[in-house]
Amino acid sequence: MTSSAFPLKKEKRSVWRFLLSELKPRGKWITPFNVISIPVMLVGAAIIIIRFINGIGAVSNVNQDIPWGVWKGFNVITGVAFAGGAYILTFVVYVLKVEKFHSIVRVTVLNGFLAYVFYAGALVLDLGKPWNIFNPIIGNNFGANSVLFLVAWHFLLYIIAQAIEFSPAVAEWLNARRAHKILSGLTLGAVIFGITLSTLHQSGLGALFLMAKEKIHPLWYSEFIPLLFLMSSVFAGLSMVIFEGSISERVFADQITSENKKQRKDIILILSRVCAFSMFVYLFMQILVFAHGHRWEYINTPMGYWFLIEIFGFVVLPMLLFLLSFKRANIMLAKVAAVFTILGIILNRLNVSIIAFRWDAAVHYVPSWMEIVVAVSIIFVEIWIFRWVINRLPVLRESPSWAKNKHA
Amino acid sequence: MSINRRNFFKVLGVTGATIALGQEAQAKSASEEVTEFKAILYDSTRCVGCQTCEFSCAEAHNLPAPEDFPEVGVIRKTSEKRRTVVNAYDTSAGEVYVKRQCMHCNHPACGAACLTQAMQKTKEGPVIWREDKCMGCRYCMISCPFDVPKFEYNSPNPKITKCNMCFERQQEGKLPACVENCPGEALVFGTRRELIAEARRRIVENPDAYYPHIYGENEAGGTSFLYLSPVPFEEIGFSTTIQNASYPALTKGFLYSVPAVFVLVPSVLLGIHKATKSNLDKNNQHD
Ligand code: SF4
Ligand code: SF4
Repeated sequence: MTSSAFPLKKEKRSVWRFLLSELKPRGKWITPFNVISIPVMLVGAAIIIIRFINGIGAVSNVNQDIPWGVWKGFNVITGVAFAGGAYILTFVVYVLKVEKFHSIVRVTVLNGFLAYVFYAGALVLDLGKPWNIFNPIIGNNFGANSVLFLVAWHFLLYIIAQAIEFSPAVAEWLNARRAHKILSGLTLGAVIFGITLSTLHQSGLGALFLMAKEKIHPLWYSEFIPLLFLMSSVFAGLSMVIFEGSISERVFADQITSENKKQRKDIILILSRVCAFSMFVYLFMQILVFAHGHRWEYINTPMGYWFLIEIFGFVVLPMLLFLLSFKRANIMLAKVAAVFTILGIILNRLNVSIIAFRWDAAVHYVPSWMEIVVAVSIIFVEIWIFRWVINRLPVLRESPSWAKNKHA
Repeated sequence: MSINRRNFFKVLGVTGATIALGQEAQAKSASEEVTEFKAILYDSTRCVGCQTCEFSCAEAHNLPAPEDFPEVGVIRKTSEKRRTVVNAYDTSAGEVYVKRQCMHCNHPACGAACLTQAMQKTKEGPVIWREDKCMGCRYCMISCPFDVPKFEYNSPNPKITKCNMCFERQQEGKLPACVENCPGEALVFGTRRELIAEARRRIVENPDAYYPHIYGENEAGGTSFLYLSPVPFEEIGFSTTIQNASYPALTKGFLYSVPAVFVLVPSVLLGIHKATKSNLDKNNQHD
C-alpha cells in the first residue's frame, strides 16, 4: 500500500477516509522494539502525570544547586546537537548542490524536525510554569537580553523552517500537486533561514552557560563554549546520520532502491571524511582553549582524568577511526566511529550541563529512574512517529514520478 | 526595557571611563550617582547572631520560622522556605557571624538570564521576581553566581524564591523587615552611594576592626548588598572567584554577534548557491 493508491478525487470525505486509513498501524505488532517501547512509554506517561500533580521534585532529583537535569541536559542540549545533521546536509544539498546526498536529505530533515518538536516537549515538561511559556512568545514580556530567549525563539522558527523543508514530502503523500509546487519553491528560503538559525542556536545552547563562569569546572568552561558547541554539532549531527542510516537501512530495507543502497556506501565514506576533519578542527580549538586557559594544573585531578577520557576516548579515537574508515573504504569502521562520537557528544554535553556544573556541590545530582524513563520515553515516541511517517510518506523511498525533477 | 537600556549605556559608560581613567572603581562609583540604587550595608562586626533578621524575614514573607541556629562548622543554606540565614565562622578574629541572602546585583545575572523579565532589577535597586511572568525554566538559578534563587520543586505551581529586599514594604515607605528589626544595627538601609561612603568611613576610622574591603562594591559588577568584615572574606565563606565585571557582560559578545550572523550567513549562503547554480547550469549545457 503506497500513497499512490489514493484516488485522485479531491472530495473532502475521501481525504478524511484516506487519512483515517493511514492512521491505522501497519505491519507486525509484536516486534522487539514494540515490546520494549510500549511499556516504557506507558510508565513514562504515568510519571509525567505525577509530575504535573505533585511538582517536578516528585519524580526528579534536580536540586537547588543543580537545577537542570537529564531532561534539559540530555533531551534538549544533547539532542539538539544530534539534530545538527539536518542543517549540514541541507547546506550540502541545496546550497552546495551536491546531488549525491539527495537521497538522505529528506530523512535527515524529518529526523531533525521530530527531534526539535520532541525536545521542545521535553523543555515544556521541565518548566515549572509551562502555562506562562507564551509570555516570551507573544511579546508581552521580551527578555531580549537573555540567551535563553534567543534560543527559544530560534527553536520555534527552526521548527517552522524544517516543516517547510519537509512539506513537499507531505504534499507528495497527499497527492497535492499544486501545493507541492508552491512548497518546493519555498525550500531554498527555508534552508537558508534554517542554517542561519542553526548556527545561532547550536552555539546558543553553549552560550546558555556563559554566565555560570565559576560554576562549571574550568576544564569545561571557557568563553568559547558557543564555538565548541557549534563545531561539535557538525560531527555530532553527521555521526547521527551515519548511525541512524545504518539502522534504517535494515529496518526499512524494502523502501530503499538498490541504486540508493550503493550510493549510501559512498555517502558514508564522504561523511566520515567530513567528521574526521571537523573533529580535527574541534580538537585544535580544544587545545587552544586548554593552553589559553592555563588548564595544566587541573589535569592531575579526578576531573582532569575525566576530561582526558572525553577528549582522547571520544574525540581523538573516533577521529582516527573515521580517518581509517575512509582510507580503507571500510563502512563498518565508520559506523563504529559514529557510535563513539555519539557517546562522546553525550558525555560532553552532560559534562557541561550537569556533571561539571557545580562539580563542587555538596550533593551531587544523579538522575532518578523516573527521569530516565521519561527521557527515554520521549525518544521512543519520537521513533514511533518517525516509523509511522517513513512507512507512509515518500521519505526513504522515491518520490512519485510526477514530483521527480521538481526538487529545488 | 528602560532599565535595560540604561544598564546598557551604563556598561558603555563604564567601559569608556575605564579606558579613560584606567581605574574601574572610580568609574563605577561615578556611574552610581546617576542611578541611586537603594542598598543595605551589613556590618558583621556588629552582628551578634541573634537571628532576629531571620525571624522577621520569615514573618514578613509568611514563611516558617527557623528552628536551627548559627553554629560554627555548620553551613546553613537559604532554601525555598528561607530567604536569609546567619552562619557562624571560626576566624582569625574569633567567631564571626555572617548573614546571607540575595546580593541584589547592579547588573544581575538572574535578570539577564530571564527570558520573560520575571526576574527584574527595579530602578529602586531591589531585584524582584514576578510570579505572573515566570515560566519556571530555572535559568536564573543556573546563572546566579551566588546560587541565590531557589525553586519550589514540590509544588505543581512552583515559585522562584529569593530575598526581594522587601520591595513591597519599601513601596509603602517602610524599611526592609530585617533592617527594621536588627537590634545591633548591623544592618543599615540607604542609597548605595551613601552606604559605600559610610562603609569607607568605618574602615578609615577604625582600621583595626575591619578588613579593608567592602564586599559588593565591585564584586559581580557591584551589588546592593554591601558587607564589612573583620577578616578576609574567604574566612567567612565568601567566594573569592567572583569576578568584578558584571556577569551579563559575559554573554554580550554572543548576543551582539547575533545580528551580524543574521546578515552575513544568509548572504554568504545565497552567494554560494548562486555560484554552484551557475556552475551546474554550465555543466548541464555541456552535457
Ligand atoms: S545575587 Fe543572584 S539572585 Fe541576587 S541579584 Fe545577583 S544574580 Fe540575581
Ligand atoms: S525560572 Fe522564572 S524567573 Fe527564573 S529565568 Fe526562568 S522565567 Fe525567569
